[in-house]
Amino acid sequence: MAESGSNRAPETGAFFQRDRQWHPPAFTPGYKSSVLRSPRKALLSFDNTLSELTGPVFGHAMLGEFDNDLIHNFAKPGESAIGERIIVHGRVLDERGKGVPGVLLEFWQANAGGRYRHKKDGYLAPLDPNFGGCGRAITGEDGGYAFRTVRPGPYPWPNGPNDWRPAHIHFSVFGHGFAQRLITQMYFEGDPLIWRCPIVGGISDKAAVEALIAALDMHSTIPMDALAYKFDIVLRGRRSTLFENRPEGN
Amino acid sequence: MAQSLDRLKESPSQTAGPYVHIGLTPNFCGIGGVYASDLGSTMVNDQTKGERIELRIRVLDGTGTPLKDALVEIWQADAAGLYNSPAELRGTADPNFLGWGRQPTDMETGVCLFQTIKPGRVPFRDGRLMAPHITLWIVARGINVGLNTRLYFSDEDKANAEDPILARIEHRLRVPTLIAERQGDTYVFDVHLQGEKETVFFDS
Repeated sequence: MAESGSNRAPETGAFFQRDRQWHPPAFTPGYKSSVLRSPRKALLSFDNTLSELTGPVFGHAMLGEFDNDLIHNFAKPGESAIGERIIVHGRVLDERGKGVPGVLLEFWQANAGGRYRHKKDGYLAPLDPNFGGCGRAITGEDGGYAFRTVRPGPYPWPNGPNDWRPAHIHFSVFGHGFAQRLITQMYFEGDPLIWRCPIVGGISDKAAVEALIAALDMHSTIPMDALAYKFDIVLRGRRSTLFENRPEGN
Repeated sequence: MAQSLDRLKESPSQTAGPYVHIGLTPNFCGIGGVYASDLGSTMVNDQTKGERIELRIRVLDGTGTPLKDALVEIWQADAAGLYNSPAELRGTADPNFLGWGRQPTDMETGVCLFQTIKPGRVPFRDGRLMAPHITLWIVARGINVGLNTRLYFSDEDKANAEDPILARIEHRLRVPTLIAERQGDTYVFDVHLQGEKETVFFDS
């Protein structure tokens, strides 16, 4: 048994069924890239086996000092990224409301002007020589995490003739079981572009969109330094293993 | 009104987008100096037990064009069929094998390569053995929810024939979409996102 980095007994129950009506469907023609990249046949459904229930453990020892500080982790010594300084923090919970410790979170984003450090991004906004755009953290015992960055800018993208992405931060979430694997995006409270975005628009339930909008959190700001946004993430819950399916007599 | 179950909803998925490399494989896309190496880029070392194999994977869109901006993660058991995970209660997996890997598809060819070992067999829920397999998770621009599937091996006909997951596939002509073809020590696996050869994707 691998080291879990936690005192809790490992959980081995199957994950709750994913609510496919809550997630965006594969085929969302308003987001043109999905048209040729969306499976059209029915998914094969089955209860989790060990291959889905298990997952690797990422220890806090792998983290570098500046992994959760995007303002400094690519900057020259003594310099820092340009933009509105913010702290993003929150908890990773599961659908039962329990904090999930040991979750690997990886984030990436555009710079304050809406430009990614990537050769495929040709937006005319300039690169910031002190901003790489990636960071990572591992949740603590209560599922909590925090990182420091600059607020990313919105940017135009080639979908419709004049489509713009709302400001957003991409999150990759690695929970305890491989079936919990999730990528999502965090949006910012009050951004009018959220409700005009074809990618966000793939989600049909307004409450589901709102679950991706981080709230301004004045109690977590650092006065004279950084604003703060709170963003909780929810992973699939797991069933209890109190009464396993077993033939009678076993 | 009955009592509330006090359950939360899973955070909705959103596409990884075209710049997934920045977050998950920054060294691959030229962002050096933040992490020493890209996580999951090396799976085996000299002490890892098992048969060395290479996986050569492509992800193809509905026109048959390989995706050049996808990212693939794999998760597998060790050579003895044990997962290196706290939820593995049957024994201790090979300490020299995490069993997890991550690779971007090449920006020119669309190919991604994993150097790994052939996994042992893992039991199904009822104790029957599943055939050796590797679990895949695929994300990219245009994929709204990460896709799950499995890679099985062409030189495991007998085990594949008794695999309880493969047995669930109603349309038998789709079974080969999950079987990688052995060529020397390399297994070649094309994932078709849609079309006649659409890969069987999982909801588990």
